[in-house]
Amino acid sequence: MSKLTLDDLRKLREEKTQEFSRRNNEQDKSSIIIGMGTCGIAAGAKETLNAFIEALDTNGLTNVKVKQTGCMGSCNVEPTVEVVIPGMPTVVYGNVDGTVAKKIVLKHIIGKELLDDHIQDKPAMDIIEN
Amino acid sequence: MAYNTFVLICGGTACESSKSDEMYKLLQKEIFDNNLKNDVQVVKTGCFGFCEQGPIIKILPDNTFYVKVTPDDIKEIVQEHLVKGRTVERLEYKPSEDKGRVKIEDIEFYQKQFRIVLRNCGVIDPENINEYIARDGYLALEKVIFQMTPDDIINELKISGLRGRGGAGFPTWMKWNLTKKENADQKYVVCNADEGDPGAYMDRSTLEGDPHSVLEAMAICGKAIGASRGFIYIRAEYPLAITRLEIAIKQAKELGLLGDNILGSDFSFDIEIRLGAGAFVCGEETALLRSIEGSRGMPTPRPPFPSVKGLWEKPTCINNVETWANVPVIINKGGAWFSKIGTENSKGTKVFALTGKINNSGLIEVPMGTTLREIIYDIGGGIINNKKFKAAQSGGPSGGVIPEQYLDTPIDYNNLTAIGSMMGSGGLIVMDEDDCIVDVVKFYLQFTVDESCGKCAPCRIGGKQLLSILDDISAGNATEQSIKNLKAISIAMNNASLCGLGQTASNPVMSTLKYFEDEYLEHINGKKCSAGKCKSLMTFTIVADKCIGCTACARKCPANAIIGTVKQVHVIDQSKCIKCGACVTACKFDAVIKG
Repeated sequence: MSKLTLDDLRKLREEKTQEFSRRNNEQDKSSIIIGMGTCGIAAGAKETLNAFIEALDTNGLTNVKVKQTGCMGSCNVEPTVEVVIPGMPTVVYGNVDGTVAKKIVLKHIIGKELLDDHIQDKPAMDIIEN
Repeated sequence: MAYNTFVLICGGTACESSKSDEMYKLLQKEIFDNNLKNDVQVVKTGCFGFCEQGPIIKILPDNTFYVKVTPDDIKEIVQEHLVKGRTVERLEYKPSEDKGRVKIEDIEFYQKQFRIVLRNCGVIDPENINEYIARDGYLALEKVIFQMTPDDIINELKISGLRGRGGAGFPTWMKWNLTKKENADQKYVVCNADEGDPGAYMDRSTLEGDPHSVLEAMAICGKAIGASRGFIYIRAEYPLAITRLEIAIKQAKELGLLGDNILGSDFSFDIEIRLGAGAFVCGEETALLRSIEGSRGMPTPRPPFPSVKGLWEKPTCINNVETWANVPVIINKGGAWFSKIGTENSKGTKVFALTGKINNSGLIEVPMGTTLREIIYDIGGGIINNKKFKAAQSGGPSGGVIPEQYLDTPIDYNNLTAIGSMMGSGGLIVMDEDDCIVDVVKFYLQFTVDESCGKCAPCRIGGKQLLSILDDISAGNATEQSIKNLKAISIAMNNASLCGLGQTASNPVMSTLKYFEDEYLEHINGKKCSAGKCKSLMTFTIVADKCIGCTACARKCPANAIIGTVKQVHVIDQSKCIKCGACVTACKFDAVIKG
């Protein structure tokens, strides 16, 4: 990518902000965001990631993006996963191992219902969006 | 069939014990009775924290947060909220007016956490610069390059009241200003990412989750003080953080957000990574700078301070990861916004690594002035197994304990210092009644003795002596004179050591002697360790009345110290006993007692 001028940066920010908020506004992008800090990975986030990819593949869900992020801070319930699906509230699930990952794909993404016992509250409101 | 409303009910242990399970069933029944079962799903969740306000019900998608809900309220919630769409106001959470804390105006939120440093952690993909840019990333850099003078930048920091998050709490603007005032052909910006306190991982998580915020802040500092080069000193034990920093630097350079003529301006700034080998003393700024230069990481006397003679004798501005991560937000939202958060002398937030005997261990960020009680009971979900809180250790090996009587003290720099602890980098280890104070202090002293660089005698010799006295105390070989000796050595180390490591190494000793001297005396005079941690002071005995002679303990004993045959009362040979406790676990009749 070439170096940005001030105008380029502003244009890029506007474009990316729109893309990013579309993700949060749950309009057309579905995504699974996995906490992959050292802690999440140590707790098995890589297996979780693989389980999601496999389950999405098996069920032919090609429009769901699987992404990584840093640590959300909930060490006691790692690995943590945020699920953004149109028509469903965006939620964070904790203690997501391979089995729970499969359940999330089947129940949450396909069946459009939330899973018991794994939902975590987001720890704080977002100072960038608010 | 698709649900349009979701009722989340907290299924954490605290809420569970206050009837959340009963309410879960009631909710389902009411929803069924009102013919809403195809529209509303009831879901049990993990612990929401906030347990003192429990049980908690949250309704999505409208995000209503009900607290202290009882089974009697369920009918009303279903009738009013779910059927008629009206909020049940009396159950809604209302933020209370906390004493000593400046409220953040116009914002109502139920969470105790407030995330500035961790704003992007767990939100963006740290390996994708576009996601950082999408969330106001490099907006502050743009602003300082094109709209602000160096004095404007420093003034904004001054208004914000930001103080160094590495531990000592020196005002950040002053550090920047001192470096700016120096005349030199070259100045440097340094990020201290040599996080070494046991149990602390705030900086690692910040770098892994949001590396660009640190890069942006360092460039902002470069512009403010007139430096064109920066170094990040990070320990080699943090491979993922290093990888993500490398990716971030590469991406920023490709876009021209680091390097020559940033965004077409005449400002140039470049950042390099330097790996440390994990010596604790290299977190001390002068030792860190020597290590970057390629010398052995040992502290040098201050003055001269790094702002005058730092890296390669040039003026250097060095800040900790967490301090850096605050800077872009201060520039974007303004120093005045930042200064509304926190207490009179400590502005903004603090990230803590909450560990130990706590239900919800984790990385938390709270406004300065939050009390330890809020951290432990509201965010942390209380002590494991509902045990009694004994103390919290803050500030790592340089800090001290916060005992029960200070649970409601607002946490800020000055208050922690006043009670004999310190903010430190943000490790917060919770101890319960099963923890022995002498044992804990021994752990920290062992750490500082191992990590002392050995350059100055007070730290090298003093630490070792403190540790050997503590060993005597936990072995039952000490006298009351030992306490006097501990105090004398501690004071000498504090006064005479060359750097922060030695000056603060005795803090755990001094602070625990202040609040838990009785426990030391119990070890010394009573030859007893109530928490059962000091093995030499423990004995295991078999209660004759309870022993049925099943031989379970004798078979488990690795030292063959238990004498007795089938159906005979067993006896422990104290001279052979290694105090492992295997017999206690093996006995099904509670016949083995530890005391």
